[in-house]
Amino acid sequence: MAKHLKSQYDVIVIGAGPGGLAAAISAKKNGADDVLMIDRDLELGGILLQCIHNGFGVETFKEDLPGPSYAQRFVNEARNIGIDYLLDTMVLDVTPGRKIFATGSRAGFKELDAKAIVIAMGCRERTRAQILIPGPRPSGVYTAGLAQRWVNVEGYMPGNRFVILGSGDIGMIMARRLTFEGAKVERVLEVLPYLTGLSRNYVQCLQDFGIPLQLRHTVRRIIGRDRVEAVEAVRVDERRRPVPGTEEIIPCDTLLLSVGLIPENELSQKAGVALDPATSGPYVDDGFATNIPGVFAAGNVVHVYDLVDWVTEAGLTAGTRAAMFARGCCNKKPDFVSTAAGQNVRYVVPHKIDPETLTWDTVTLQMRVAQPIEEAVQVRITDGDAVIAKKRNRYARPGEMISLKLRGRDYDPVRKAKELRVSVLPL
Amino acid sequence: MRSEYDIIIIGAGVVGCMTARWLSRYALRILLVERSSDVCTGATAANSAVVHAGYHAVPGTLKAEMNIKANPMWDLLSEELQFGFARTGAYIVAVGEEERPKLDMFLDRAQKNGTPAQIISAKEMRRREPGLNSEVSGALFVPAGGICDPWGATIAAAENAVMNGVELRLGTEFKDFLWSGEEARRIVGIRTNQGRFTSRWVINAAGLFADEVMHKAGVRPEFRITPRRGEYFVMDRHQIQVQNVLFPVPTAVSKGILVTPTLHGNTLVGPNAENIEDKTDMDVTPEGMNEIWDGGRKLVPGLDRRHVIAVFAGLRPAGNAPCLNPDVNYHHDFVIDIPEEVKGFVNLGGMESPALTAAPAIAERVIGMLRDAGETMAPKTDWNPIRPARPVFRHLTHEKQAVLVAEDPRYGRVVCRCEYVTEGEIVAEIHAPIPATTYDAIKRRTWLGTGRCLGGFDMPRVVDILARELGKDPLEISKKGHGSEFLFRRTKEAG
Repeated sequence: MAKHLKSQYDVIVIGAGPGGLAAAISAKKNGADDVLMIDRDLELGGILLQCIHNGFGVETFKEDLPGPSYAQRFVNEARNIGIDYLLDTMVLDVTPGRKIFATGSRAGFKELDAKAIVIAMGCRERTRAQILIPGPRPSGVYTAGLAQRWVNVEGYMPGNRFVILGSGDIGMIMARRLTFEGAKVERVLEVLPYLTGLSRNYVQCLQDFGIPLQLRHTVRRIIGRDRVEAVEAVRVDERRRPVPGTEEIIPCDTLLLSVGLIPENELSQKAGVALDPATSGPYVDDGFATNIPGVFAAGNVVHVYDLVDWVTEAGLTAGTRAAMFARGCCNKKPDFVSTAAGQNVRYVVPHKIDPETLTWDTVTLQMRVAQPIEEAVQVRITDGDAVIAKKRNRYARPGEMISLKLRGRDYDPVRKAKELRVSVLPL
Repeated sequence: MRSEYDIIIIGAGVVGCMTARWLSRYALRILLVERSSDVCTGATAANSAVVHAGYHAVPGTLKAEMNIKANPMWDLLSEELQFGFARTGAYIVAVGEEERPKLDMFLDRAQKNGTPAQIISAKEMRRREPGLNSEVSGALFVPAGGICDPWGATIAAAENAVMNGVELRLGTEFKDFLWSGEEARRIVGIRTNQGRFTSRWVINAAGLFADEVMHKAGVRPEFRITPRRGEYFVMDRHQIQVQNVLFPVPTAVSKGILVTPTLHGNTLVGPNAENIEDKTDMDVTPEGMNEIWDGGRKLVPGLDRRHVIAVFAGLRPAGNAPCLNPDVNYHHDFVIDIPEEVKGFVNLGGMESPALTAAPAIAERVIGMLRDAGETMAPKTDWNPIRPARPVFRHLTHEKQAVLVAEDPRYGRVVCRCEYVTEGEIVAEIHAPIPATTYDAIKRRTWLGTGRCLGGFDMPRVVDILARELGKDPLEISKKGHGSEFLFRRTKEAG
């Protein structure tokens, strides 16, 4: 904890998950003397602490780590280099003038000033209301992440017999975890005609444990007044309408929802940060600066990533730029070039690029496709008819993010471009 | 034999709790019984939260009389009991020229009932509510309309009653009446799942089950409650906020699907009206959701389904009592009487809208009826009408928040991230005069878990706090009473 909490910091990072940890570390290493992390939980590490499965760090460390181990490496480094942190503390308010109001039972009520802020609040799970599941409101309808916390952190089983709606990663990982704990996972239902999580999770968490996945299926109704007693599953047509005659009652005591994540930006909005409806995260440049000067964004608060390694990478960039801002070395206004989502691309981040960045750093464009393509594709950045960069992928799936790096050699065409339009199409 | 109680009230919804609170000012021994694990779980728990001005009720009915009488009572009531209420005014909005003449009909009705009302132009209406349908042809403004927190109002009334000596027994279900052995057709108490309780009077405030209770008393065999279900959407206040209480032009059966702000800043859309069989069926349905969506978008076309943060359904206890006024042909009136055919029985039934609004006037009417029946109704000298509200962290300025946290650090820990409800508030409710012992009870009192994450963040934390404060195992903590426990077993134990 921060023993001698200051009232002003060079950089304050809100959220100490992988994005926030990386941002704080890189801010400190890049010239911000006083860096503070604020987190609402009792320990540093964010949601990684409940992700006790492996699969973290393959890109960053070339090692396959469980979530808490991945987090611990950054926690150790943050401690070693003298980053302050406030735990069990909720940020209540962030002003456009970079004043932060926070409260905690141990820390008390705090008012802090920052030269630069990195928002790193991560994302939250979509709920039953957002997908409008009919039926009563019994106990036993939980998001997959909530169940994950109960099982992995608190040590309790929230049910014995599960149906999982949605083929998101947390749901599939929980299907395996619950099976290990002696529960029965009856089925994973996915309304879309394709998997929304990573293919490797389908293989390792469902296939290997004989848990059936039904695509083009959804829950038509929850049954049970006090506790879930069953769900009614149904097949859907191309327009996601239930197909009459395909209803099936699946007895269960718990329905887990793994139906998507939404960047958590209530605080950002209080600070005046403008949000992109396509990502539900802030509009950002290649340094993850938002529209509010001195407010940067790191990790899932910008858009929902598939791998923690990319969250770390983004956090490192945001932290570096926040430190630069705090030091006052962002003097001239850049001539930004906008990016745009082209054919079969749902969105691309960052929203704009300062070409000058390419003279000293690479810029990674990250995107998600609208439709899956199960054959070789070309990822292409074009400016009108001119192709600025391209790469080949074996396939393109909405559940798996696609990255494309721009480098020094791309400086000239990027600088001259009117717009960088990204498309992902069959070769 | 002396009775244990002077009065037993069956049902702790808004009518039962307001009646208990009103009666608590007299030197009477009062028992309030409720079959659920908390007060305010039936019809009172899920409705439009509107305090009606009185333009809708048919003139000459008990509904109209009680509505008009009760409406002005809400200012003092909300001050004394310290719950949320705002006299916002309300609008009936006509869409298209064909609906415009209906406004005159309701203007006439408002004048007959005795509530001020005024027709305003389409242009003025759209200035007051810019998101309205562009085909709006005019509106009726009723300044006496308002919005309230029905949970807050009911719980505060019950709490004030308990503070003033009323005994409350939760989880106590009425089974039958006890009859006098000496005097014909005199009720002398009730039999419940928790045993027998004797009293000189029994008040039927059983809401959806009021028909079954009165039939056990041998009263009004023809009276039937039809559960009429209404479904609602709650919208994310970060995405959309309407400024005004907006009713459509009413249909024959209901006031129609309204779009209204709540006291918590969220926009509420609903309800539809569907007669069903089962008095416990609060399911939301695909058809109902489509219907309220269409209804809401008729008034505010910009409503976006992606911004729905909660869906729920409520049941209106719709009765079939004819209006006592022979000149009025109306068959869904309130029942508020002391029937002649039995002794010791006060009968309240058909408590659908505007019963929430009318509840304080109904309570007052009950006092009058008991007095007329010969009860002395001696006021207590120590009756305290004030129910002090407990601190609500999110309503305070930053300066006051800092003071509160310094006094009690538990108010510094935010447990509900969307609504900023703190541990201090939760603990205060667990140890309140009516202890909150389930998740839903905490939710109704603090508004926790009602935001966009629907409790995903707070639930494990609230289960922990409840277990700690009640001295229970987390496995025993439930959403809404026995049978709705959250957790099944510890990990590493056989399934």
